[in-house]
Amino acid sequence: MATQKPEQANLDVAVWRGGADGGYRNYLVPRQDAQTVLDVVTWIQRKLDPTLAYRFACRVGMCGSCAMTVNGKSRWTCRTHVAKVLAHDRLQIGPLANLPIVRDLVTDMREFFDKWARAKGQFAPTATRRDDFARVAPVTTGRRRIDAAIECIGCGICYASCDVVRWNPAYLGPAALNRAWTLQNDVRDGDKEARLRAVSGDAGCHACHTLASCTELCPKQLSPTASIAGLKRATVRAALKGVL
Amino acid sequence: MTERDETRLWIAQRVSAAVLALFVAVHLVTMIVAVKGGLNAADILGRTRGSATWALFYALFVLAVAVHAPIGLRNIAAEWLQWRGPGANRCCVAIGSFLLMLGWYAVVSVIV
Repeated sequence: MATQKPEQANLDVAVWRGGADGGYRNYLVPRQDAQTVLDVVTWIQRKLDPTLAYRFACRVGMCGSCAMTVNGKSRWTCRTHVAKVLAHDRLQIGPLANLPIVRDLVTDMREFFDKWARAKGQFAPTATRRDDFARVAPVTTGRRRIDAAIECIGCGICYASCDVVRWNPAYLGPAALNRAWTLQNDVRDGDKEARLRAVSGDAGCHACHTLASCTELCPKQLSPTASIAGLKRATVRAALKGVL
Repeated sequence: MTERDETRLWIAQRVSAAVLALFVAVHLVTMIVAVKGGLNAADILGRTRGSATWALFYALFVLAVAVHAPIGLRNIAAEWLQWRGPGANRCCVAIGSFLLMLGWYAVVSVIV
């Protein structure tokens, strides 16, 4: 919680404007208690420059749409207090890295979500509507693994923070692989072999160098690194059995 | 390369890394303990010539290097130089073969 008193009346805020060839423009924004980075961006858009483009929806850390680069690190801006990230009384707010910029703070998320589909992030049901509900005990190993990874809100922070995505644009990325891992542990899913093939190889889990930027910056405190390690183990087992 | 091939390369690199972790440690400790008056081929061969154990140790060591290094170089070429595909693969196989040839040539000197 931001309990400290603001040390200055105004914040010096640099905000990315334009497309990929744009640049940072400076604004002075009044400092307030318990002010979030999203509050700052909203204040600029409403009071200084209505042409500023940015994306948000829920404002409470559920929808995953307001992620931006704040002072060099990807963050969810609605739950990031200015007091936590202020560096030398300055804020620099840019669009997420590793994604094409549409305009200002808005990135094109299509590739990010297309990779979820490429990683076979769709649930493949094995039962019909006439079957009873599957009963999955909370204490089972698979269920525990799912519980540890399922709360992803698709904000793209892990993807924007991943060096491997930057080096290898085909790399599926932490979020898509994390999603695949939850499905690999779902006893109701019926497409596990095809999914293992989808997440193997140069663009898949084996490209991960375990740098763990995704895990460090995930606002939901998930560990895509652990999920990817799980996929690596699963692919090795499948390869040794000859099913990969 | 197929996903299957890529997975096998990944396994080969991890297994060879595990082998190297042990072998490099033995190699370094041996060097520190054994080398007293400088490092030269005659001294090394004087200690190791005719030893099947050392020959086997270094034959496996060289094999692990020849597997591990080119796979790592292939990753570096792909990520840092954006060089992928058959050309990069062939180059890495050539480097691995060269390392294997040089290393085993030295090992033959221990045996013969």
